[in-house]
Amino acid sequence: MLLRADRLTKTFADTVAVDQVSFELKAGETLALIGHSGCGKTTTLKMLNRLIEPDNGVVELDGAVASGMAGHEWRRRIGFVIQNAGLFPHKTVAENVLVTPGLLGWDRARQQAKLHELLDMVGLPARDYAHRYPAELSGGQRQRIGLARALAGEPDIVLMDEPFAALDPLTKDGLIADIARLRRELGFASVLVTHDFGEALRLADRIAVMDGGRIVQTGTARDLIASPANKVVEDLLAAPRLMAATVGRAFGEGGS
Amino acid sequence: MSGLFAEEWAVFPGHYAGHLRLALGALLMGLIISVPLGTLVARRQVFAGPALAAASVVQTIPGLALLALMVPLMGGMIGFWPAFTALSLYSILPILRNTIVGLQGVDQDVREAALAVGMTANQRLREIDLPLAAPVIVAGLRTASAWVVGTATLSTPVGARSLGNYIFQGLQTRNWDAVLFGCLISAALALALDQVIGQFEKAALKRSRRHALAGGIGLALVIAPALSLFVEGGTSRRAAGNPERPAATVSLEGQTITIGAKGFTEQYILADLLKRTLEAKGARVEIRDGLGTTVAFDALASGEVDVYVDYTGTIWAALMKRDDPAQRSAMYARVSAWLLNERGVMAFGKLGFENAYAFATSPQTAAGNQLETIADLSGKDLAIASDPEFFGRSEWTRTRDAYGLQSLDPRSMDSAFMYDAVKNGEVDLVTAYTTDGRIDAFDLVLLEDTLSVLPPYDAFILLSPEAQESAALLNALEPLQGAISTELMRAANSKVDLERQSVSQAGAWLYEEVSPASE
Ligand SMILES: Nc1ncnc2c1ncn2[C@@H]1O[C@H](COP(=O)(O)OP(=O)(O)OP(=O)(O)O)[C@@H](O)[C@H]1O
Ligand SMILES: [Mg+2]
Repeated sequence: MLLRADRLTKTFADTVAVDQVSFELKAGETLALIGHSGCGKTTTLKMLNRLIEPDNGVVELDGAVASGMAGHEWRRRIGFVIQNAGLFPHKTVAENVLVTPGLLGWDRARQQAKLHELLDMVGLPARDYAHRYPAELSGGQRQRIGLARALAGEPDIVLMDEPFAALDPLTKDGLIADIARLRRELGFASVLVTHDFGEALRLADRIAVMDGGRIVQTGTARDLIASPANKVVEDLLAAPRLMAATVGRAFGEGGS
Repeated sequence: MSGLFAEEWAVFPGHYAGHLRLALGALLMGLIISVPLGTLVARRQVFAGPALAAASVVQTIPGLALLALMVPLMGGMIGFWPAFTALSLYSILPILRNTIVGLQGVDQDVREAALAVGMTANQRLREIDLPLAAPVIVAGLRTASAWVVGTATLSTPVGARSLGNYIFQGLQTRNWDAVLFGCLISAALALALDQVIGQFEKAALKRSRRHALAGGIGLALVIAPALSLFVEGGTSRRAAGNPERPAATVSLEGQTITIGAKGFTEQYILADLLKRTLEAKGARVEIRDGLGTTVAFDALASGEVDVYVDYTGTIWAALMKRDDPAQRSAMYARVSAWLLNERGVMAFGKLGFENAYAFATSPQTAAGNQLETIADLSGKDLAIASDPEFFGRSEWTRTRDAYGLQSLDPRSMDSAFMYDAVKNGEVDLVTAYTTDGRIDAFDLVLLEDTLSVLPPYDAFILLSPEAQESAALLNALEPLQGAISTELMRAANSKVDLERQSVSQAGAWLYEEVSPASE
């Protein structure tokens, strides 16, 4: 087992944001966390890389316990991608991507090789983009660089918090395809936080539905559709189901 | 005198170096205190608020007051350190405020991303927070730089040499060239420093060698004019009362004597006279002029100044805090006894003239109100101007009560402007100084003090505890005792105040008049 989260709990003031959340992740596997706004997805994700320290519960990565090492060392082994990329505006693309390798003490040659490999992979070749500043990139390009930065330290796992939320549908489709490809090529596991069942469907091996700080059901998309555990899961599926029917009908008519 | 501002350029290196030392020192101090402090409190709102409030309070204290307050707060010390301390306090706020605001303005996502990629808190501060806050911090540094360079001109009254020496002396002696020169150089320095900071900022942001080089050259150019001082100067050592020197030496060769002077024409001229007298005996002389009354005396008592001239009535009222009138004959004896016993300061003889306060009015006002004596002012609704010091002293309240002058309307005014004001009828009365040349020149009428309420103001030489041990110094000063009559002093003052001569011209003239060689 690559990642194990065991009974993670976090309370802010008097809101219980996350309540006894447990799950496991095999190497290379993707888990989607999905649920309504405020249900505790981001908090859960940040407890995995200790941007938020849990009140209770344990995180294990590759057999090592999170609380057993310094937070910054723990985070260097885990990639993190957020909504608006969070690139460092005063650093070039190359410098942004190479922060973690630098902190890990890689030599120059290895860093440069990694930079070129990753920028090629995300479709922004180093020759044209390495020396640009974030302000000189489009939103989609920024998000790709954010992805490259998260992957630069060769992590076994990448955490993604609504990485597509700010993108237009076309850009979003391209990025989803890229992530799927990168995952095949590099073999990293990931936890993807999203509101969107479609995204979960395309990227995740398993989906965990959260409500009120708890995981109410975990399973493949097929499992959830076949037997939703409760009303929350059913509601979550209602909109995509309607959309699928509408789209299917439209394509059916158009195709005949 | 030849060339534009020739006289001002002559003392330029010293004034400029003093100013630069204060300004750069205070800015450096501001950075050293504010950036770490701001960094520490920026993420803790509980501390950030109070830190900013405290710094803002300092800022609301007027510059001159803050500088003056430093003297008593630092145990009567005058000169560089109190001025430096006050200016450092002044430079703290803008840098502190901008450090806090700048750090708080760094995007939260970016800060979180820095931790997420594996930076430690310190690495984030160095690599992300400070670079991103840098433009705001530098803007604060620029504000501080403008304030400090400007406010440093106010360090003159606490005895620190600065470009303010031009301005204060120029205002007092109505030498507008000097005032203009001081302002121009100070403004030029402020602009130049702003440019230098701007270059360094660009160098840091764009990691550009070119801008770093430009900043470095700029800074060198700003500092260069101050360096000529050291080329010419060599090391100066305080030597009055130096134990290595036998007390009986007649020559002052190799000794450095510091002469003090308060901020009005007569004092500037007397300092120049003392300087010529001591230099004739081989001494190296430094002048600390433009000092406030108590600042000058405290500097003497602590030995930072070796010699200066003060007046019996001033010591009596301002230092001995006596408000009873004294007999003229007894006063000097009582003042000198008090000085020696209480403060270890030696009164080394009267110069021979008196510079008292006298109630003066224009001939027209005198005629119109039938004024001959101070008593004639009783019950009259007239405006009287004097320096702020006078209205704060007991001799004013005593005179007012003795003659029944409650109906007068007191107005504080710098002594440089009083005489014109009374001559032009803007005020009805002034408290003129009896040695001022403008009394004669403007035909002012002095009102007789029939009740002898106003105390005598005999000018006399004061020596610091160290300086009075030097027999050579005493020898050199002795010829000045009784050498300057009221008429002579008034004539010297008019040369500056009316004939527009420079202080050093008037000093040279007076020196010729009193030196034994010329008799
Ligand atoms: N720093 C905090 N202080 C106080 N309450 C917080 C904090 N962070 C989160 N919460 C609360 O914890 C709960 C879970 O928040 P969280 O950000 O994990 O939700 P989420 O599922 O990511 O929502 P969204 O889909 O809107 O991003 C919410 O009720 C939120 O208000
Ligand atoms: Mg969230």
